[in-house]
Amino acid sequence: MKIAFTAKDTDWNSPIDPRFGRTEFILIYDEEKDELSNFDNRAIEGVEHGAGPQTAQKMFDLNPDILVTGNGPGGNAARVLTQADIKIYAGAGEMTIKEAYEAFKNGKLNLV
Amino acid sequence: MKIAIASGKGGTGKTTLSTNLAHFLATSERVVLADLDVEEPNSGLFIRGELQLREDKFKQIPHWLKEECSLCGNCQKVCNFHAIIKLGKQIMVFPELCHSCFACSELCPAKALPMLPQKMGELKHFILAGIDFIESKLDIGQEQAVPLIAQTWEYVDAHFGNDRIKLFDSPPGTSCPVIEATKNADLVILITEPTPFGLHDLKLAVETMRELKKNFAVVINRFGIGNDDVIDYCGQEGIEILAKLPNDRRIAELYSRGELIYPKIPAFKAELQKIADYVLRLQIRSSK
Amino acid sequence: MKEIVVISGKGGTGKTSITASFALLGEKNVIVADCDVDAADMHLLLQPDWHFSEEFFSGVAAEIDQGKCIKCGKCANVCRFHAIPVIDKKYVINNLNCEGCGYCYQICPRDAITMVEQNVGKWFVSNIKTGSKMVHARLRSGADNSGKLVAKVKNEARKIAEKNGVGWILVDGSPGIGCPVVSSLSGADLVVLVTEPSVSGLHDLERVYELTKKFHLPSGCIINKADINPEVVGKIKTFLQKENITHLADLPYDETFTKAMTFGKTIIESGESEIKNTLQQIWKKINNLLTDEREKS
Repeated sequence: MKIAFTAKDTDWNSPIDPRFGRTEFILIYDEEKDELSNFDNRAIEGVEHGAGPQTAQKMFDLNPDILVTGNGPGGNAARVLTQADIKIYAGAGEMTIKEAYEAFKNGKLNLV
Repeated sequence: MKIAIASGKGGTGKTTLSTNLAHFLATSERVVLADLDVEEPNSGLFIRGELQLREDKFKQIPHWLKEECSLCGNCQKVCNFHAIIKLGKQIMVFPELCHSCFACSELCPAKALPMLPQKMGELKHFILAGIDFIESKLDIGQEQAVPLIAQTWEYVDAHFGNDRIKLFDSPPGTSCPVIEATKNADLVILITEPTPFGLHDLKLAVETMRELKKNFAVVINRFGIGNDDVIDYCGQEGIEILAKLPNDRRIAELYSRGELIYPKIPAFKAELQKIADYVLRLQIRSSK
Repeated sequence: MKEIVVISGKGGTGKTSITASFALLGEKNVIVADCDVDAADMHLLLQPDWHFSEEFFSGVAAEIDQGKCIKCGKCANVCRFHAIPVIDKKYVINNLNCEGCGYCYQICPRDAITMVEQNVGKWFVSNIKTGSKMVHARLRSGADNSGKLVAKVKNEARKIAEKNGVGWILVDGSPGIGCPVVSSLSGADLVVLVTEPSVSGLHDLERVYELTKKFHLPSGCIINKADINPEVVGKIKTFLQKENITHLADLPYDETFTKAMTFGKTIIESGESEIKNTLQQIWKKINNLLTDEREKS
């Protein structure tokens, strides 16, 4: 499975970025290959309206199965993620990526 | 005679003034009151008339015709508002982000995005002795006040003649919705309170009115609290102060119950009379 | 890092005065972010020194190069916003009306139109009288208040908090229910709703809460000027219970708030009073709520 995380930096110890639309990085963990890759989303700061759908579109291109995030995406972004068939797990706002991954695997996060 | 009531700061008494002024003027004139604070209209809590008419209000949104679409993605490319995206084989439209510019629709090579009306809010028309009260409200999730404010002005212009005094209760602040609400008014009344917050935000509102080259004057609300800096400022800037509505805890209590103020507070009524007189003098002058 | 966002739906409920009071109580433990960018007022109470400022750009507007323009009129034909009038026989852009959609730019056969980034205001970093810092901004009149400037102010506040090891960010949120409010709320850990017991206050509280709900954020409510209308206070409390919003406290109608403001002070700095005590208790409650959240996860 490929799992995406909204993150403030690019490694396993990075804190989760609680936002979706304006998240700084998207980290993707490919479980089969045991590879962690990242996408730099910081250009989104220049976007006035529609940050949510734009980031969601990026997610579609990256094609994970799952998204782990903090607060959960706003309405517009959620629409895109549903269309892209990506399941959203929220509640990881205070964790590092590593902790969030473990929480997800142990069923401790909320399916949105 | 079209009068907009605005303020830089929220909570200074726009609605208190518009509803009381409308009701007061209606004893001798025929009045239209339009609530343009379409995100959070409140005047209807104070002016309870009988519903005459309810209209859905629409904006034009592109509608995707899947069978016609060649998936070229040009629509996404030309949209400056990120309101339309291509996700694999799907085109997704975000109506709340759309500004109805028609670019994606008219530049679509396959004609797969006709513009169709989509509901974004509603307008209600109430009647209460002497007052036609128009209230427009945005549906939740809709963020663009400007089109609904514009359509409400159109409704008032279309349905009521120049014999009416038309009052427009504007949204607070100085950003685009306020511009839209006040740009066609003959007079803008800026209401403020005599405190540092009130003065600071009044200056912003005055800046905006001067950019729009509007005819404007000031009403001070809750006069008695704070200090005289607002009066000094108006004096320095040559801005006319039409009235000083008094500070009285009873006013807050009446307001909290959705009641009109002037029937119960004579000091308030006396100041309201000054505003009414000013408005009527202007109306006579403009009809000459 | 924890983020507290104070919003109110309706203006005039006392949101800014209350947020400024929290800034005084939080002292160096909070970085303040004034996200009410349309009518920013916190600076009137916190004595900022405005030591850093930067221009802020948002949105675009069209510009016509008269040298290249062949006056075909295609731009004016497609513009839906009455932003391309003809003045002195020239096609010009009315900047106030231009929405920045770029349709004219797409259609011009001579590439005579460019879309230019708009300077819509400034944002600032200041040292404030509590010994801490505040990030604030001023949006120009007539500008489109999107979530972008709000997001910028919050981001910069976060950066400063991280850099200085400060644990909390206190946000004076935007009024209303649109984009700027959503931007104020995103990333929040606790929402404080300030309301007043009037029919319009309750009405606006319900409307703004619908928005807050979508983010599943723990919320608390302060009922200001509570003694004005006990009946509506009752209705508000019922609403709070139904929606599982913590009732933080009631504050009485008291002109001391305004008197203090006239001297550029919060009520915290204006001698001992019942209101000051209540605000201190609310701040303690907020502290506890946030620490509980941390322990839960």
